[in-house]
Amino acid sequence: MLTLYGERFASRLLLGTAQYPSPAILRQAVEASSAEIVTVSLRREAARARAGQGFWELIEQLGVRVLPNTAGCRAAKEAVATAEMARELFDTPWIKLEVIANDDTLQPEVFGLVEAAAILIAQGFQVLPYTTEDLSVAERLVGVGCAVLMPWAAPIGSARGLINREGLKTLRAYFPDTALIVDAGIGAPSQAAEAMELGYDAVLLNTAIAKAGDPVTMAAAFARAVEAGRLGFEAGLIEPRDMASPSTPVAGTPFFKIDRVS
Amino acid sequence: MQILLNGEPIATDARTLDELCAKLGFAEAKVATAVNGSFVAAAKRGLTPLAPKDEVEIVSPRQGG
Repeated sequence: MLTLYGERFASRLLLGTAQYPSPAILRQAVEASSAEIVTVSLRREAARARAGQGFWELIEQLGVRVLPNTAGCRAAKEAVATAEMARELFDTPWIKLEVIANDDTLQPEVFGLVEAAAILIAQGFQVLPYTTEDLSVAERLVGVGCAVLMPWAAPIGSARGLINREGLKTLRAYFPDTALIVDAGIGAPSQAAEAMELGYDAVLLNTAIAKAGDPVTMAAAFARAVEAGRLGFEAGLIEPRDMASPSTPVAGTPFFKIDRVS
Repeated sequence: MQILLNGEPIATDARTLDELCAKLGFAEAKVATAVNGSFVAAAKRGLTPLAPKDEVEIVSPRQGG
């Protein structure tokens, strides 16, 4: 079971709700993914408009846990105010904390991230920070009270997979008791499985499913990949080696001659 | 007076944030608010006076990743 701030979930796949071809496909994709947690955001509402209301009714019908984000915030103060608005609107202490450094890479602005996390945790929030795989930043985040870390695999929406696999592996080894979720940059089910095989607790993704040719089928594919990767990790992967090692018994090989052994 | 609502200048005679929300049709809507960069809880909107050039944000739930 996935445990996040004391709450347990059967699914280890968290799903974003943006960029789907239609609300109906979003709903079907969430169902096909078996995700129990979806991310949402806050955006400006036009006077007398009801865009937010319609979206919220759809999310409520899904019966999933909501994880609001602070996407687009460029400074700690903006992220804190956005988190406070999200807590009131969505009635949850959870916040996917994003403080973004620049538009090209959408990489976390880690100084503002740590600052905002400390402020929010002091206010009773349960913070899930979108961060890099940097160990020193992770230490700071855990130090201010984050019980979950969400390092990127690659830039948001890039579909490049685990760019710094070794860095993610080190992070896992260094924080055995912190829930680690790979967030952003996953493009294929195999990449999600790879993250899970490293021992990550969960994967959060959006674009790879929403922009797939068939988002509902892709959601099912990711659900299986995440489950397969987790089972593989739990089963204990063998270590890679440089040279071959025969799987068929050597003893008793027909026509065997000792002078053939190099 | 002129204020900035969601980044756009508008004229309003609302004295409080609560009045502004009502005038904009948000009285019962699922929205959250901030003034000059700071969150204002729904229960505090009536106690939050507006002044010229105030920057008001009114947001609602939306798709997110």
